[in-house]
Amino acid sequence: MTPELIVEYASVAAIVILVIALLMTVYRVVVGPTLPDRVIALDMLVGIVIGFIAVIALRTGYTLYIDIAIALGLVGFLATVAFARFILARGCVGEGERVEAGRGPSKPAKTKTAKNVKASKPAGSLGKEGK
Amino acid sequence: MISLLAAIAIAVLTIGGALFSLIAAIGLNRLPDLYTRMHAASKAGTVGSGLLLLAVGLHAADVATFGRALAGIIFFVLTAPISAHLLARAAHKVGYKLSSASVRDDMMS
Repeated sequence: MTPELIVEYASVAAIVILVIALLMTVYRVVVGPTLPDRVIALDMLVGIVIGFIAVIALRTGYTLYIDIAIALGLVGFLATVAFARFILARGCVGEGERVEAGRGPSKPAKTKTAKNVKASKPAGSLGKEGK
Repeated sequence: MISLLAAIAIAVLTIGGALFSLIAAIGLNRLPDLYTRMHAASKAGTVGSGLLLLAVGLHAADVATFGRALAGIIFFVLTAPISAHLLARAAHKVGYKLSSASVRDDMMS
């Protein structure tokens, strides 16, 4: 078993594992009950794609892919920071009622619990906050 | 033309990084609320991509490539806690609740 063959097999196995991880993360992006869940899953997706790029650089030996991975990491970081600012500005719009079922109304001043606002229509409920 | 020892090290790093990414994805799907999911995705995801980049740097056997891979790892390790912290603080401040299984909330004022 030559060293090149070991690296080849390892990279194929890594690609298979990364595909499974990518599909599970995409599932969380789709079903995630609130917007911050989806943002976390998108951040995680950027990390997995960086791993993919690294494995491709390993297989092809074309090391310029590392620069692409660094640039993608920068873009992912900036996107997460921008989404955090957006969540801070938007406020809680009544999504994720299922999660807080066991707790009482501990912070009634901050959360506007609009139970009828659908989470699938952020544009309609965005105007109510008006921040 | 790499030696057998280097090939085994690269293979272990590659599969280890992919497994860390898989653990992060499993944690993202299994944990109950936003903040625990952030704990899984931020830490294990960073280690996964960092190990894969380190494997590329070792495979190239070149100082410039290894330096760039190391710079990428340092960048991810520095930025992942910042983004996770910003997101968790924004979500907590806005009022996304913890899971009902959690026992205390130190930031609750």
